[in-house]
Amino acid sequence: MKLTINGKTRKINAHPMKRLLDVLREDCGLTGTKEGCGEGECGACTVLIDGESVDACIVPVAHAEGRRVVTIEGAAATKHGKALQNAFVVHGGAQCGICTPGMILAAAPLKKGASLLEIQTALAGNLCRCTGYPAIFRSVGAALKSPRRKAGRAGRR
Amino acid sequence: MPVDVNALALERPRSLKDALTMMAGDPRLVPLAGCTDVYVGLHFGTVADRRFIDLWNLKELRGISVERDVLTIGALTTYTDIIQSKIVQKRVPMLVAAAREVGGAQIQNRGTLGGNVANASPAGDTLPVLAAANARIVLRSNKTTRTVTFDSYYTGYRKSVRQPGELIVAIEIPRIDGRQWWRKVGTRRAQAISKIMIGAVRGRHVRIAFGSVASTVILARKTAAVLQSGGSIADAQAALGTEIAPIDDVRSTGEYRLKIAKNLVEQFWNETA
Repeated sequence: MKLTINGKTRKINAHPMKRLLDVLREDCGLTGTKEGCGEGECGACTVLIDGESVDACIVPVAHAEGRRVVTIEGAAATKHGKALQNAFVVHGGAQCGICTPGMILAAAPLKKGASLLEIQTALAGNLCRCTGYPAIFRSVGAALKSPRRKAGRAGRR
Repeated sequence: MPVDVNALALERPRSLKDALTMMAGDPRLVPLAGCTDVYVGLHFGTVADRRFIDLWNLKELRGISVERDVLTIGALTTYTDIIQSKIVQKRVPMLVAAAREVGGAQIQNRGTLGGNVANASPAGDTLPVLAAANARIVLRSNKTTRTVTFDSYYTGYRKSVRQPGELIVAIEIPRIDGRQWWRKVGTRRAQAISKIMIGAVRGRHVRIAFGSVASTVILARKTAAVLQSGGSIADAQAALGTEIAPIDDVRSTGEYRLKIAKNLVEQFWNETA
């Protein structure tokens, strides 16, 4: 199976139903992707496939075959990803850090200037048990140079 | 994953025709699409199946089109596809509203409409919409194609008329006359399985469907008939009490669900006036 991971095409020899999460961590040594719940509930294992966020714990590696996968290691090597990462440091968006790679990848598809509601929607599938969400929303908003507004509860869409 | 992956088998058809041939040859094959239900079941050890067939790359099962005033949504269409589709936004805004409340972005990028129907959970978010919209399910085997009305598709808890060897290939939604309304009540906006949801249409015909109040999604026909004939909201709520009997479970109680269902009927009728 051929996968493009963080811009590099790799040949993977794995069972097609092996979780993408396990392939990334065990076969590729990319341990930046964390396992939280293992059931697509917490978003800690979020990676991008062809630019879309997915939970790698419920994706068989077969579904990444021939596609472009981006993990936190790849995102952190880009200008956009680095800006997000720095903003999490500066604005206190990370505490224990388990959710952080997933948060950053869930935020990665957002465009510059995204509204608070857009940020909240993109991160709705990511759980954090330390900071609470306002600091995370502030971090993403700062990286995207979003219009400043108090981070609060999401309104009805 | 507690299940040893090497104990699993995955067929990987290259076309719908291949897939249907494989399904005919081995009716125990379990279709895999976005995996948002199956992989959770594998993780918890609640899925006993070991043989799967991967539909994810079958282009024939994707796409949204309108022909002779009927909207056809391919079974593999994801919630994200639905949310972004101008055609669906225009014709079935309540389906877009439901799709926005399925999981978070990661789930919306993977979960499919056909999968929501096939999984047959009474809490499937899009199912009340499909019931209220008078949708039809298109089933295909290697021999025949047939179309089943959505209100006759489920035969019991997690049971449907889909036969071994058949695949859901598309969902058809005829033009909807009247105002559409959707609400999901749950513990949080994203990532929560619903306590109750309603999809409803107020037009020449009133159609009201509830999820999470019975073993399958149900149409509240008596309630709709009361409202359609000009009856009061109180009479409609009384009728609803005779046609749904929600249960207590981990997510809510029957008493709460019945009360909320009645409130939703009132809110639907007032907001679509």
